[in-house]
Amino acid sequence: MSIRTFSVWRGDKNGGRFVEYQVEVEEGMVVLDAIHQIQRTQAHDLACRWNCKAAKCGSCSAEVNGRPRLMCKTRLDALPVGEMVRIQPLQTFPIIRDLVTDVSWNYQVNKKIPPFAPRPDASWVMLQQDVNRAQEFRKCIECFLCQNVCHVLREHERKSEFFGPRFFVRIASLQMHPMDSLDRLPLLKNEAGLGLCNITKCCTEVCPEDIHITDNAIIPLKERVVDRYYDPIQILLRKIKGEKASHAGGK
Amino acid sequence: MNEKYETHEHDVIVIGAGGAGLRAAIECSALGAKTALICKSLLGKAHTVMAEGGVAAALAHVDAQDSWRTHFQDTLFGGKYLNNWRMAELHAREAPERVRELERWGAVFDRTPDGKILQRAFGGHTYRRLAHVGDRTGLELIRTLQDKGVHQGIDVFMECTITKLLKDGERVCGAFGYWRETGRFVVYKAKAVVLATGGIGKCYKITSNSWESTGDGHALGYEAGAELVDMEFVQFHPTGMVWPPGVMGLLVTEAVRGEGGILRNNQGERFMEKYDPKRMDLSTRDVVARAIYTEVKEGRGSPHGGCFLDISHRKAPYIRQKLPSMYHQFKELADVDITKEPMEVGPTSHYTMGGIKVDADTGASTVPGLYAAGECTGGVNGANRLGGNSLSDLLVFGRRAGAGAAEYANRAAPPRIDQTQVENAAGEMIGFFDRPGAADPYKLHVDLQNTMQNLAGIFREEKDLTMAVARLEDLQRRAAHVGVVEGQRMYNPGWHLCRDLHNMLICSQAIVRAALLRKESRGAHSRLDFPKYDEYWGEHNIVIKKEPDGMKVQARPVVKVAELIPLVDEKKAKETK
Repeated sequence: MSIRTFSVWRGDKNGGRFVEYQVEVEEGMVVLDAIHQIQRTQAHDLACRWNCKAAKCGSCSAEVNGRPRLMCKTRLDALPVGEMVRIQPLQTFPIIRDLVTDVSWNYQVNKKIPPFAPRPDASWVMLQQDVNRAQEFRKCIECFLCQNVCHVLREHERKSEFFGPRFFVRIASLQMHPMDSLDRLPLLKNEAGLGLCNITKCCTEVCPEDIHITDNAIIPLKERVVDRYYDPIQILLRKIKGEKASHAGGK
Repeated sequence: MNEKYETHEHDVIVIGAGGAGLRAAIECSALGAKTALICKSLLGKAHTVMAEGGVAAALAHVDAQDSWRTHFQDTLFGGKYLNNWRMAELHAREAPERVRELERWGAVFDRTPDGKILQRAFGGHTYRRLAHVGDRTGLELIRTLQDKGVHQGIDVFMECTITKLLKDGERVCGAFGYWRETGRFVVYKAKAVVLATGGIGKCYKITSNSWESTGDGHALGYEAGAELVDMEFVQFHPTGMVWPPGVMGLLVTEAVRGEGGILRNNQGERFMEKYDPKRMDLSTRDVVARAIYTEVKEGRGSPHGGCFLDISHRKAPYIRQKLPSMYHQFKELADVDITKEPMEVGPTSHYTMGGIKVDADTGASTVPGLYAAGECTGGVNGANRLGGNSLSDLLVFGRRAGAGAAEYANRAAPPRIDQTQVENAAGEMIGFFDRPGAADPYKLHVDLQNTMQNLAGIFREEKDLTMAVARLEDLQRRAAHVGVVEGQRMYNPGWHLCRDLHNMLICSQAIVRAALLRKESRGAHSRLDFPKYDEYWGEHNIVIKKEPDGMKVQARPVVKVAELIPLVDEKKAKETK
């Protein structure tokens, strides 16, 4: 048993500061354990979100030593020994109190995405290899760490014109569902602002579910948008075939 | 009415947004009722995400012989015949359609080679029956329902805790609560209320449950006059993590054993041979939990006080595909590579079979206008739940309770709110700030958890349970003095816990009082002083109700269905062979 110092941001929308706490550390402890210990013994009113404590619900997102992480999955022995552990709330979303931020914007964005709409003739026979990709995207636990690190949202604050990686993953899961019938490419090009993403892969790096957000979701979606709206050969082919642009491409 | 507090009016409010609450809200709203869904956390974070192994439904995709009849028989055998037969019947009959419906709503289950929904083996299920997505089936279910729900016009109120059901005479007419974010109060007027608040795990020290599982629906229902049933039956999942200390109790899915995992003691013995040679590692949860507990107690445990669970004989890529979150959980939290070495596991409080007593067909409680579904109800699981039956339970009965509530709301008069009840509820919450030298709610919670863990755990006996009754009375007295030590009303977990304790104490008392009365061992209830089945208790459930002079505990005959007697007799005959 040893003692470690935690510096935890305390405050609300009117401002705040880092407060230091000494915590008795046991073997195998994670950051969320330390937060709970502080809550129980030193600061009853320390606000944080958590639920499953097993990296399955995505509630306890925070920035630990400057890196966005799930607190339940961040072991203390993986952080530099002898150094203070610094914990602050996600910086991309408005602060509510202490480690709790207002992530309601994400729920508003999700509502704008047309939900799954099966083809009228759907047989529901799907092979495993045909659903692997959609399953990868459906692993998302909505921790919003990807939204938190995305430059477009974090530095440029373009929430009004950009859905963010989480929702590109969501749209990809629908577009790549073998039985879905909707075309969400116009949405991606326009309201969702897919073009603003410049593929820095920061989202992929922080994803606790190891979803290949950039390579498997965003880039293929970008390719589909490009094929539809910007590829001269595709446009020509469609003209010859007499298809309308809004119905071609996608699946 | 003087609307001093923020007030919302709906036909139906659903309290709790796990699988049962979401499914109920979807049904209500589909039937045209103006529906609110109220949850303590953010939407999509409820404990349903922790359901890993699958949803039990006799689709017969893998084992063609399977049918609802076998599922019904397995469920009754697992529940030691204390189940509400009608509930078990509806559950087994309707689960396949509920699973297919999820697929039509966008859920993507693992597939059979010919492209159908794949099913895996699980404890107590005669056939491979669990539709699944790796080991994250609950997440798939909740996300599918969430996306279905938000596009259907349900009003969602996130991070809002309900502390009281409001009544208009005998009937329920709404609820009172607070916003976690601001601490402000809110009143919901409604013609009908559906409780779908999940379990009571936080009454125990070692649990797989999250902070939310404080028995809110059990307590809200009880205080509103509803009956509770089967409260003595608390399921200890046989396999929780035992090390490191911070993750003690964290769930290790039964799917590990479903995929071939083997339990061993420190002698390397497959000890399940002694306890259930027929079902071995895939015996029912009550049996496996007792077996592990016994092995540890008799000195054959693993270094950190559990036993070993080994899946490393399966190929590494297979393990990573079928059990991805288990692989990561052990790798990241315990430095164990489960493709190469065994896990250490031990029992953890996981689920409560007991809950609000409801009508099987409609989810109606004994209080007019009050409905319930999912883990906060009792009946379908009897004395012990089979793995996989909770996800099917919440789909089948979530839908039925939603329909029941919508139908009731359709013919009910507009709700009338009694301002005195609202002011009393507000006063209770404000009172926690008004206690100089207040007692520490966290300390009281630890004492409660230790009491339940040590005196009303896997094995029970008269002297422990009697002591538990006394300790709970003492804790109840102390609870009258807990208060807010620091902070204000804005997002203050210390304040929230003060009120949560109230609910946990009601549930704990119900568990202990019922456990004391049931003088036999059955399913998840094991009495050291009464180690055998008792004929009388095999025919009776224990029902709990709030009376003016306190908690009333009484036995009541099991709800049977005449037409199903041949099926039950057939199963009994098969199992006694």
